[in-house]
Amino acid sequence: MIEARQLSKQFHDKKRGPIRAVDGVSFRCHPGQIYGLLGANGAGKTTTLRLLATILEPTDGTAVVAGYDVITQAEKVRANVGFLSTATALYGRLTAQEMVEYFGRLHGLEEALLRRRIDEIFERLEMNEFRDRRCDKLSTGMKQKVSIARTLVHDPPVMIFDEPTLGLDVMAARTIIGFIRACREDSKTVIFSTHVMSEVEKLCDTIGIIHDGRLLAEGTLVEFRARYGNLDLEEIFVRVVEGRVPEGIASRP
Amino acid sequence: MSLRNIGIVYRKELTDSLRDRRTLVSMIVVPILLMPLLTIGMGVLTAKIIGEAMKEVPLVMVLGGEDSPGLMEKLGNLRTVQVVPARPNYADLISDKRIRAAVEIPRGFEAAQERGETPIVEIDIYEGELRSTLAAHRLERFFRGMRDTKVRERLMARGLPPNFIRPFEITEKNVASPEKVFGNTFGAIFPYLIILLCLTGAMYPAIDLTAGEKERGTMETILCSPVSRTHLVLGKFLMVLTASLATAALATSSMALTLFGARTMLSGAGPSQSAMLQAKVQPASILAIFLMVLPIAVLLSAGLLAIALVAKSYKEAQSYISPLILVIILPAVTAVLPGVELNPGRALIPILNTSLICKELITGTYHWKYMALIFASSCAYAAAAIYLAVKMFQRENVLFRT
Repeated sequence: MIEARQLSKQFHDKKRGPIRAVDGVSFRCHPGQIYGLLGANGAGKTTTLRLLATILEPTDGTAVVAGYDVITQAEKVRANVGFLSTATALYGRLTAQEMVEYFGRLHGLEEALLRRRIDEIFERLEMNEFRDRRCDKLSTGMKQKVSIARTLVHDPPVMIFDEPTLGLDVMAARTIIGFIRACREDSKTVIFSTHVMSEVEKLCDTIGIIHDGRLLAEGTLVEFRARYGNLDLEEIFVRVVEGRVPEGIASRP
Repeated sequence: MSLRNIGIVYRKELTDSLRDRRTLVSMIVVPILLMPLLTIGMGVLTAKIIGEAMKEVPLVMVLGGEDSPGLMEKLGNLRTVQVVPARPNYADLISDKRIRAAVEIPRGFEAAQERGETPIVEIDIYEGELRSTLAAHRLERFFRGMRDTKVRERLMARGLPPNFIRPFEITEKNVASPEKVFGNTFGAIFPYLIILLCLTGAMYPAIDLTAGEKERGTMETILCSPVSRTHLVLGKFLMVLTASLATAALATSSMALTLFGARTMLSGAGPSQSAMLQAKVQPASILAIFLMVLPIAVLLSAGLLAIALVAKSYKEAQSYISPLILVIILPAVTAVLPGVELNPGRALIPILNTSLICKELITGTYHWKYMALIFASSCAYAAAAIYLAVKMFQRENVLFRT
């Protein structure tokens, strides 16, 4: 479960002064569901997800992730979250197994349990072939699998994906999409950000449209279509962002 | 504080760094090869330059002396120098290194001696130039020989013994122990080298583990693990310190082996050289030096880590750290200057204080009060640097600088 309550983050830019990257964002994601945060570049997606993963600290508001507060129980939040983005690279000089072991140990897993988890994950993701190969010698697809294994090693109930398919080829992107679906099937709470409409249509149970740090509208794809007259998601997104929001309970000030 | 987590981070960083060619070169290859290569290289080069200069029969000019045929004949017969015809532009020729020296014979040189006067022979040289100096020495030796012969003839003519004008001799004798002689000569340079090596050993890993991680995109990966940022930075700091100390220790061992090798090779050399080479540095002194340098290594490792963390990329970190090298080397160099001694004020200046106390330690002199004061002040600076590194690691605008 993820619950954001008036979550806000303000940065200070020397030239532009204070910037509210995330401005009073509130939403809920439930276990076994995928929440898609849809927004253009610079809309505040990454900052919101970094706040949920406790990589950044909110300036106002808070969030509860897996039952823990992101401000007062940050380490517990991180222990219950798997965070994956294209910015979360691998240590090139470690092997695939060492990389996953390292994160397993940092999550406090006992050696026997860690061994078992690694065997399970490597089997499931078909990674045994390159288990002992250094990460910098792996293909993009293999690297993605190592990243997935890294986020899964401690079996977290909450998964956060920040534009996980950005810059990936079709095959590598499919691996990730399949993995996000599998997380839902495992009853995990999943939130992911993207600006690719097709991914949202394929995956999300609930969609939140974010622009200029504010969550402008929220609902299921069916609800959005009902409200906007069966337009495609891209058209709906443009209308929401441009402020052409019809009256309705799902629109947000 | 979880030592387990710090240990996990440290072990990973160590594995990672030992697989990195650049770290291996700066931490292991350079310190091992630097001293022998420098010593042997400089030794061979110096020997070659001096050897070649000694072999040369220098061209010299004799100015005047036409009225002193005896002297001119002797000069013409000399094998150690070759006399070339005199020219008025002799000074330029010496400056241009076309001839090595010139000797000016005063008018009526031989006749003046017979009259009991003291004429002055002047040798013109290019000061500081090795080959000109060697030529001048050869000319001086010739004229001294001539003067001594003349003195002996005069004494004999008066029936006096040769020691008539040398009622006593003066000689110097060294009473300081070989350790002190060695320490006084090399004592200043040794701690300087150790501090420099601690710095160079720490530099690359400090950048790699901070700005390097940002550049490679692994910083965000590690920040989303449950390890606290304090544990993370302490694990990284321990790795940088390991590299720093390993570099210093390997360089010291290599230096000791080089000295041992040089001593074995030169064991047949003259007495003054062998006095220097017989010198031993007590293991206790080396141990004490390392103990005093330890907080400096901590200070440098944590300081470099904090500075490199501000940078977004490896290149940016290098541009911050390169000018810093001068700031760090300056106090270490100051300690090498002759006459700079310890006083209570200097005992509080970081790096300079350690260099100065190590200069004493290498000669086997232990100033316990200064040692305690310097160790304590260095520890305080080191603790401040660690605190700074930890604080920097908790700042979002440093970790995610755009």
